[in-house]
Amino acid sequence: MITLNHYLVLAAVLFTIGVGGVMFRRNLIVILMSLELMLNSVNLTFIALARYMESIEGQVIVLFVMVVAAAEVAVGLAIAVMVFRQKGSINVDDVSLMRW
Amino acid sequence: MELALFYIIGAVVVASALCVVFLERPIHNVLFMIVTMIGLAGLFILLRAEFIAMVQLIVYAGAVMVLFLFVIMLLNLEQIRIPEDPSVYRRWIGVGFAVLLLLVVLPFVWVLKVGKVGTLMLDKAPEISNTEILGRELFTTYLLPFEIASVLLLAAIIGAVVLAKRRSDEKMTHS
Repeated sequence: MITLNHYLVLAAVLFTIGVGGVMFRRNLIVILMSLELMLNSVNLTFIALARYMESIEGQVIVLFVMVVAAAEVAVGLAIAVMVFRQKGSINVDDVSLMRW
Repeated sequence: MELALFYIIGAVVVASALCVVFLERPIHNVLFMIVTMIGLAGLFILLRAEFIAMVQLIVYAGAVMVLFLFVIMLLNLEQIRIPEDPSVYRRWIGVGFAVLLLLVVLPFVWVLKVGKVGTLMLDKAPEISNTEILGRELFTTYLLPFEIASVLLLAAIIGAVVLAKRRSDEKMTHS
């Protein structure tokens, strides 16, 4: 019998993997992809809750999360292309202007 | 049967998510991300969200990941080797914080119990499809967020075009 908690634990594990990817990868493209992974884990949480609470609102929210994620990826990749044109590199360490 | 499917698809999703984060070449990362998306679509179907599963396949695996592939090919990133963070202990601190986050979240997620709202109408499943219920909610109760989402997409399109436009035509007119 799969309970709600199975899906929530899976979503938490995916979210953690996404957080790890955002934190310790230097490649901007991979950071954006880890961000997408985090958004997908949140989608999984909402759909699992929608199923076990028998509520359609969970799925409505997921549609909006997907819209926001698609818009964010489009703009984020446009920024990545611009950064590459300016600096010649998508390593986030190279575009850091901070002192340390 | 459902339990076996859940464990198999869950294992595939977690394994490919780890591959997304840990492999070096960007093409590999994108391909394993596509596998993750497809696995998640399978989980959505298990969770009786058929419309969302199809939207996930079309939008995420079919459009967003293709966008990533286009950017990788456009910038010719396969020729460029990004050296990962040379400080090894910084990477392990990152892994440590991620594991810490998981350990903090896990107790709450393990014991969560929820009530029922009743708008999913699973018992009427063959006559009223998931798509119809979703569409009905989206166009009546959630009409305003729906319209705002379309404005957001318009803003994203304009933003992406403006950001990625080359400035070379400006230089030609000012010469």
